[in-house]
Amino acid sequence: MAASSTDAAVAVTRLGLGARPGEIGRVAHDPRGWALSQIRPEGAPQPADVLPTTDQRMSAFLAYQALTRQGDGADAEAAREARQSARRAITEETAEAFLVRARHGATTDKGFAERWALFWANALTVSAVKFDSGAFVDPYEREAIRPNVFGRFEDLVVAAEQHPAMLLYLDQARSTGPGSPAGTRRRIGLNENLAREMLELHTVGADAGYTQADVTELARALTGWSIPRPQDAPGEPPFIFRANVHEPGARTVMGKTYPATRRASNRTQGETILRDLARHPATARRLSHRIAGHFVADDPPVALVQRLEAAWTRSDGDLAQVARALIEAPETWSPQPAKIKTPYEFLISAQRALDAPPERIAPLRQTLTLLGQPPFAPPSPEGWPDTAEDWAGPDALVKRLNWARSAAQAARLPDPALAARDALGERLTERTRLAVSRAESRPEALTLLLMSPEFQRR
Amino acid sequence: MTHARLNRRALLGAASAGIGLAFAGRVASQSRGPANKLVVVIARGAMDGLSVTAPYADPNYVPLRGGLAVPPPGQTDGALALGEGFGLHPALAGLHGLHGRNQLRFAPAVALPVRVRSHFEAQDLLENGGESLQRLDDGWLNRALIAAGGTRLRGLAIGAQTPLILRGEAPVSGWTPGGRVRSSDRIAALLQDLYVDDPMLGQNLARGLATESLVAMDGESETVRRNDVQALGRATAKLMTGPEGADIVAVSLDGWDTHAGQRAQLQTRLTGLDQLVSGLEGGLAEQWAQTVVVVATEFGRTARVNGTQGTDHGTGSSLLLAGGAVKAGGLIGDWPTLADNRLFEGRDLAPTLDIRSVFKGVLRDHFGLDRAALDARVFPDSGAEAPALSGLV
Repeated sequence: MAASSTDAAVAVTRLGLGARPGEIGRVAHDPRGWALSQIRPEGAPQPADVLPTTDQRMSAFLAYQALTRQGDGADAEAAREARQSARRAITEETAEAFLVRARHGATTDKGFAERWALFWANALTVSAVKFDSGAFVDPYEREAIRPNVFGRFEDLVVAAEQHPAMLLYLDQARSTGPGSPAGTRRRIGLNENLAREMLELHTVGADAGYTQADVTELARALTGWSIPRPQDAPGEPPFIFRANVHEPGARTVMGKTYPATRRASNRTQGETILRDLARHPATARRLSHRIAGHFVADDPPVALVQRLEAAWTRSDGDLAQVARALIEAPETWSPQPAKIKTPYEFLISAQRALDAPPERIAPLRQTLTLLGQPPFAPPSPEGWPDTAEDWAGPDALVKRLNWARSAAQAARLPDPALAARDALGERLTERTRLAVSRAESRPEALTLLLMSPEFQRR
Repeated sequence: MTHARLNRRALLGAASAGIGLAFAGRVASQSRGPANKLVVVIARGAMDGLSVTAPYADPNYVPLRGGLAVPPPGQTDGALALGEGFGLHPALAGLHGLHGRNQLRFAPAVALPVRVRSHFEAQDLLENGGESLQRLDDGWLNRALIAAGGTRLRGLAIGAQTPLILRGEAPVSGWTPGGRVRSSDRIAALLQDLYVDDPMLGQNLARGLATESLVAMDGESETVRRNDVQALGRATAKLMTGPEGADIVAVSLDGWDTHAGQRAQLQTRLTGLDQLVSGLEGGLAEQWAQTVVVVATEFGRTARVNGTQGTDHGTGSSLLLAGGAVKAGGLIGDWPTLADNRLFEGRDLAPTLDIRSVFKGVLRDHFGLDRAALDARVFPDSGAEAPALSGLV
């Protein structure tokens, strides 16, 4: 298919995070090549700034937890303050990391890789609604997600499930096999949360035919997956397999029996099961549908879903091949904007269009919270929804309009008509072009641009 | 969970059929009938009924629950007595006050018609009111609005997103604190021109602005701070009063998925629930006498405490009915007991009542919806399995 200027606009706005001034022109000679060239074995680019690693964050987290265990009597007040300040330090560091990621989104010229990485972070959601998982949510994205998004899905999902962010978010770190050495000594036991979401949300999906018994069996297999404790020797890796809380014995999940974890083996029973779930045909089908639903249409074309599923199956879950299939599919290039942007996509794309990357976390956090998508804090393990009904309700549009007006007031672009052409290219409709050109002021023109149907959608 | 994502085209279809802006369908002279009000609070994440309406007198309660059991009335942090061996969680003092005035009743063991332990599927079922996800792409509150005549009653979602329970053909509005634009602003008119070919955006923006104006009309505009649930309750009540007020409102409260450290989490969540209801009561003032508040959740939690001082996904849970329009009476539905041989699948509180029966009873007696509409359209094919309960309101 010959490249057209419409394709260039579709590439940058639908597959990327929206156009910066001049960007559509720069990719016009080869819109597909622009996206394909971002598929790199090393994964999606990292934000440029130096940010804490999982190991560093673990040290801070363990120090905070150690404080939690101390302090009674006269020192209670001091201990409480020390605890709060340790907690605040972690929360602020996380917030700054979110700002860095948003700035990266607002400035990168590799918008497809960024969207692809955010898609996978959301498909394998970890949320800061819990402090403990929130403490790791940003290194999770940088270390478990970004490096693996163009590799094999099973490696991505293993990295995600074994990251402390996930182990804490879904209560795995303290789950104990009732028949394990530790479980038989104390009244502690299983927690099914991670096992259930692993099946339902991360791999095969709720309609794959598993039962409550499969959930419990998987939960037993996963016992032992944990993180360091404050009393452990410093320098422990952030993921630990604790044999003394692992439920002994063989497990049967979805009809297949897995032998007991062997002491000498470097792959746990839980990981073996997880890798099988990741390679299950139901996983390929479910995630192909989710990819198509996220990038192309709320109700995605069947042919596109089938193409993605075929690429997934043929390559045994090689996400580089799946991304390539998405880019090469004709359905991806339909010119009509269909998907309503999520609040984050709307904000970042507006900041790209206005050439005004976010400077401070406080207003960014406030806006995203008002728009219904607070930073790093999806409401449930299902992650952020992404259909029109989720994001374009009456209240949401009022909030978008409020923000668009202040952003337009603050913008420093001399020519709104040019800004509209730059932001939307061939996707700019005649109606919006006219409205922008007839506006009574620059802010009004830019507000109309940001609130136009073709800017609200992608 | 892509398969559970329902077909969203219905809304677009309804929009392009030209339903018109906001509440334009209503004529000023049209009778509003009795101004009965309904607020449905969805506790998302599976609220632990065994802590909300604690069955402290059940001999198996403490053995199963251990440290999570709410102590009997009179003890430290003990339950607030409801009679018949049940007590409210101590964080629900406001609701307990309502009970003293015969304005609170509860069903101790309700569930959906389908046994699922996935939050997302179960919430979708709770909200669409059907027996399978494939069948419906709108919510039962919206279908109730249609059954009541389409424009006679007004629906309102509190929250940035319209939840499934209120989605559908009938126009509904949405509101959260913090708006600034007014529908009289020039930009609003310009945007309506821009949205001529995108009726979904056009209608939703118009509805959102109309709701904003409603809040602004009231001189004493109250600022609702984040986490101030009581103020949110009062602000919601404000949107329900006066001639333009909403009649059917959906509010979501998140954070009930208490897999670990349940005691502290529930204390916070239930305090919020109590404040929300008390804010509604205060804000609705004399309208409270015509109000029913339903508190429902997608499923309950395991009867036994788990290994991390929490509980896992279960089956039966409690449902609360509060408000001045609630009729006095005892338990709604039976108590199955926590005896070993009565637990569902050996682990969960066994449901004794289809949750739809409660919803239907409220809709019939509070809004006068007829049986045919309730059995066939609002809750399709529910006539035999879930007959409307009498005597609730």
